[in-house]
Amino acid sequence: MSQRDDSSGQAYWRANLRVLFICLAIWAIFGFGASILFAGPLNHIQFFGFKLGFWFAQQGSIFVFTLLIFYYTWRMNRLDREHDVHED
Amino acid sequence: MSIQAWTYLIVGLSFALYIGIAWWARVGSTKEFYVAGGGVHPVTNGMATAADWMSAASFISMAGLISFMGYDGSVYLLGWTGGYVLLALLLAPYLRKFGKFTVPDFVGDRYYSDLARLVAVICAIFVSFTYVAGQMRGVGIVFARFLEVDVTTGVIIGMALVFFYAVVGGMKGITYTQVAQYCVLLFAYMVPAFFLSIMMTGHVIPQFGFGAELTDGSGQHLLQKLDGLSTELGFAAYTSGTKDMIDVFCIALALMVGTAGLPHVIVRFFTVPKVRDARRSAGWALLFIMLVYTTAPAIAGFARLNMIDTINGKDQQGTLYTEAPSWITNWEKTGLISWEDKNGDGRMFYAGDERNEMKIDKDIIVMANPEIANLPPWVIALVAAGALAAALSTAAGLLLVISAAISHDLLKKMVMPHITDKQELVAARIAAAVAVVVAGILGIYPPGFVAEVVAFAFGLAAASFFPCIVLGIFYKRMNNWGAISGMVVGLTFTIAYILYFKGVFMAPMAENVKANWFLGISPEGIGVVGMLLNFAVAMVVSHLTAPPPQHVQDLVEHIRVPRGAGAAVDH
Repeated sequence: MSQRDDSSGQAYWRANLRVLFICLAIWAIFGFGASILFAGPLNHIQFFGFKLGFWFAQQGSIFVFTLLIFYYTWRMNRLDREHDVHED
Repeated sequence: MSIQAWTYLIVGLSFALYIGIAWWARVGSTKEFYVAGGGVHPVTNGMATAADWMSAASFISMAGLISFMGYDGSVYLLGWTGGYVLLALLLAPYLRKFGKFTVPDFVGDRYYSDLARLVAVICAIFVSFTYVAGQMRGVGIVFARFLEVDVTTGVIIGMALVFFYAVVGGMKGITYTQVAQYCVLLFAYMVPAFFLSIMMTGHVIPQFGFGAELTDGSGQHLLQKLDGLSTELGFAAYTSGTKDMIDVFCIALALMVGTAGLPHVIVRFFTVPKVRDARRSAGWALLFIMLVYTTAPAIAGFARLNMIDTINGKDQQGTLYTEAPSWITNWEKTGLISWEDKNGDGRMFYAGDERNEMKIDKDIIVMANPEIANLPPWVIALVAAGALAAALSTAAGLLLVISAAISHDLLKKMVMPHITDKQELVAARIAAAVAVVVAGILGIYPPGFVAEVVAFAFGLAAASFFPCIVLGIFYKRMNNWGAISGMVVGLTFTIAYILYFKGVFMAPMAENVKANWFLGISPEGIGVVGMLLNFAVAMVVSHLTAPPPQHVQDLVEHIRVPRGAGAAVDH
C-alpha cells in the first residue's frame, strides 16, 4: 500500500462503502422489508401457490442473499482493478 | 436387509471415509493446524463452511421447529442465512487481509490490549463449549435411536472419531472431512424431501412442491390446506404465525448478527489464499447452505400435513390407536411422541386447543419422516448418517476454535511467548484433546441449561464480537477502551436480560411472557439491543479517550485494501 498515494486510497474506500450500502440496502429490503415488515400486505399476492410475503420469508430472501454475495464479489473485484489495489 | 443393518453399513462407510481423509491430511506445523496452511480453494472452503455451520440442530431440529411454528419459524431461515451477507460484506475479506489465525488475534492486535484479547478468548471458549456440548449430545441421541446403543456409548464413539481427525489433522483434516460430511448430509437431507414432494404434489423439486397443488384430489394447494387445517384445529394459520412483528424482527436480526460473529465460522475465512477468495468463498458457503435451508421449510410443510392426516385421519375424526401406524409406536419408546386418551374414545387426536391428546417433539419431524412416508430402509439409514455428519462437522470446527484460543491466544500470545512452533503445535494438540474430552463429558451429562444457552450463543456473539470487529475495520478512531467497555456493556446487558427471564443458575426473576419483555422483545431477540448498546458505548467512550496509536491506524488502512495479503502470517 506504500506505493499508492493517499487520495486514490480514499477514493477506493469511498467507492467500497457505496457498494456496501447498496448491497446492505437490498439485504434489508428483502430480509426485513418483504419478509417481515410488509409480509402482511404482500400475502394478498399469490405467487406460484405461495402467499408472497410468506414465500420471501421462507424461500425468496435466501435466494436473494446468495445472489447478493456473488454480485458483491463481482463488483468488488472490478472495483479493486479500477483503483489498482487488486491482488497479484 | 433390515434398517439396522443398513444403518451400520452406511454409518460405518461414512466413518471410514472421514478417518481415511484425516490420515491423508495430517499436519506438521501450526499454520497447517490452525488455518490448513492458508491454501484452501474457495469452493472447497465454501463447502466446508456449510458443513461447519449446519449443526445437529440445523439437521435434526430446524425443519421440526418450522413445522410447529409455521411463519414464525422463518426467523431461523432468515437469521441463519442472512448472517452470511454480513459476514461476506463486513468481515470476511478484511479479516482475511489481516491474515492471522484467530478472532482473538484480531481483537488483541487491533485494540493493542491483552485485556481485550482475554475478553475475546473467554467469549470464544464460552460460546464454543456451549455449542459443542449440544453436538455431542446429538451424536449420542442418533446412535441411541438408530443403532440401539446407549447415549453414553454413542457419545464416546463420536468423541473417538473427532479426537482422531481434529488432533491428527487440525484445520486441514477438519476442512477435508467437512467437505465429505457436507456431501453426506446434503444427500441425506434431500432424498426424503424428493420422495415426499413427489408423493404429495407430483413435483420432484421440493421448493416447487411446497407451493403446489396436492395430488390427493382435494384441488387445494399445500399451504392453503395447511392454513385451513391449522385454524380448524385451533392453531394459528400456518402462513401467519403468532409472534409480534418487533419480536420476529429482533430475533431474525440477532440470529443474523450472531451468525456473522461466531468464531468457528469466521475462522474458516482465514484458510483461503486471497481476499477475493474470502468474498467468493462466502458466496459458495451460502449457496451450499441454501440447498438445505430452502428445502427445510418444504419438509416442514409436507411433514406437518402428513402428520395431521395420519393422527387425525383424512376425515379429521381421529385414528383408532389400535390402528396406529408402526412409526407412532416405534417413536413412543423414545418419548418423542406420546398419546393420552383424554376423551376415552380410543382415537388419537392432535389439535391446538383442549381437544389435543398428543405430545409431539419437534425432532421427530426429520428423524421419523422416512418412516411416516413409508420410505425404504436405506433412506432411514441415510438420515442417521446425515445427522451424524452434521453434528460431527460442527463439533470439530468448534473444538478447533477452543484449541487455538488456548494454545495460540492464551499460551503463545500471553503466557509463554517464546515457545517454538513445534511446541505450540504440541500444545494445540493437547488442548484439542482435552477439549474433546470435556465436550464429551458435557454431552454425556448435559447441564440443564445447555439447550437454553445454545440459542443465546447467538445473542452473546451479536452483543460482543460483531460490533467490536466491525468498528475495528470501519471506524479508525475506535480505541482499546471503547472496544472493551462496549463489549462489557453489551455482554452484561444481554446476559442479565436472559438470566432475568430464563434463570440459568437460579430461578428466573420474572415470568418469560410478552407483558414483561422490554419493548416486547423476547430473550431470543435481545442480542439486538445488546449490540446497539455496544456500538453506542464504544463510540462514546472512544471519543472521550485518546485515539489509537499510529501503527494501529496504519493497520486499519492496511486491512482495507486487498493488495498485499500474503498467506496467513506466522509469528
